[in-house]
Amino acid sequence: MATDAADPRWATVVRPGARTSLQDAGRPGLAHLGVPRSGALDPAAHALANRLVGNGPAAATLETTVDGVVLRLGAAAVLAVTGAPAPVTVDRRPVPWGLPVRVGAGGVLEVGRAEAGVRSYVAVAGGFDVPPVLGSRSTDALSGLGPPPLTPGMRLPIGEPLRAPAAVDMAPYRRPAAHAELTVHPGPRRDWLTDDAARSLFAQAYTVAQDSNRVGLRLSGRPLARRHEGELPSEGIVWGSVQLLPDGQLVVLLADHPTTGGYPVVGVVDPGDAAACAQAAPGTSVRLRPAPGQSSGPKRRSPASPSPGTM
Amino acid sequence: MRLLPAGPGALLVELGSTEAVLAFAAEVERRRSAGWDRRVLEVVPGATTVLLDGLEDPRGTAEELARWTATGAPTGAGPGAGHARTVEVPCRYGGPDLAEVAAHWGVAEEDVPAVHAGLDHRVAFCGFAPGFAYIAGLGQLGGVPRLATPRPSVPAGSVALAGDFTGVYPRSSPGGWRIIGHTDAVLWDPARAVPALLAPGVAVRFLAV
Repeated sequence: MATDAADPRWATVVRPGARTSLQDAGRPGLAHLGVPRSGALDPAAHALANRLVGNGPAAATLETTVDGVVLRLGAAAVLAVTGAPAPVTVDRRPVPWGLPVRVGAGGVLEVGRAEAGVRSYVAVAGGFDVPPVLGSRSTDALSGLGPPPLTPGMRLPIGEPLRAPAAVDMAPYRRPAAHAELTVHPGPRRDWLTDDAARSLFAQAYTVAQDSNRVGLRLSGRPLARRHEGELPSEGIVWGSVQLLPDGQLVVLLADHPTTGGYPVVGVVDPGDAAACAQAAPGTSVRLRPAPGQSSGPKRRSPASPSPGTM
Repeated sequence: MRLLPAGPGALLVELGSTEAVLAFAAEVERRRSAGWDRRVLEVVPGATTVLLDGLEDPRGTAEELARWTATGAPTGAGPGAGHARTVEVPCRYGGPDLAEVAAHWGVAEEDVPAVHAGLDHRVAFCGFAPGFAYIAGLGQLGGVPRLATPRPSVPAGSVALAGDFTGVYPRSSPGGWRIIGHTDAVLWDPARAVPALLAPGVAVRFLAV
């Protein structure tokens, strides 16, 4: 390939892997225009991958979805894979996961299928330097903002490395578990749950549903009964909102969530559990735990409060 | 004003009406530009609420908001101050649902353009897609029912009604709003300083063309 020599600072996508996308810190501050926050679903794993290769926290990484990714490097580069543990090879030789690895010019980095969890993060020294959209290189699965999905043969430009990779031989990372416990704060519409449902919210075990994605983590469990029919007038939604769907099931809204919605939000997952949400594979057993200071029983409704849905 | 918890870093302020939402959001923006809590990351108007996200201490902010009311600062009632910007949206009225809308309003089909373009519209909030504005102003002509079955694809630029709002589709997408016209206005351009043509608070004048 003649152009390789002219400007070798890029990676070619050999095998994109299912739903692999570029991610960084996303597009905060634009929700009032209908722009989702987006960004790496597991911010800690994304930050660690960047740190390992000497990048600043704003550099874009590749976020895989169980299926891994294969890249060919135009020039020698240092990369690191974090997040969901997966077999990593360079030119078919096994190399460590969670540590900086050197790939020679023309070399191939392969991230295999996740052994636990869902999302692995691939950072390259210098960062994947595609043109930002509204200040971010994240692909937003909901709105389509940002770089297009990866396809075979696509070239991803690589920026200038800032500094030397981290000198470490072990990086801390908690392996995704088969069970997840999420801390839940009160949501604005928790009084949409009946007293029984409010108790059941924290008492029952849920299973992560197959159709979970970057927009939301769907929890299937015994349906929760609601006090009110219908929907609310559209209102702003935060990351981690636990929405009560019309069928009584729950969805935890993640980075690519819509900015407004009309399903009642009965709780909000603590941002400290972002990694647990990102790495909860379908079939994972999930329990919700009330945040300290919150009773796990039904919330007493203040008689002075207007009943939602009647406005 | 009712303050509802929305997790460890946010508050949902329930205001009850679009007018109150616009006035409150404008007040928050005014105070933000005067140096008030710069950590507030998002001020997201909804139909009857404003979400404040990115708060260090939502409880403290809630107490502060209560003081705003006590000191007589505008928290609702007044007109949307600071929203001087008016955007003109040329609209070719017509479309698959014009007859339905005319019937719902009790006017002749050919009168729908004059009726709709004659109203004072204002963007209440955005959502659904980047740059998709929920434009208030239908008044007594609101309550327009959505299609029972959404269309799999609504063309970009479609001017459509649902409930108490007019919306303009910034790009082609599925949708259940009643289509009454089409505009060539560029509603969304990420390269612009403010990518959305119709941001919350903007006054909108539809021009029948």
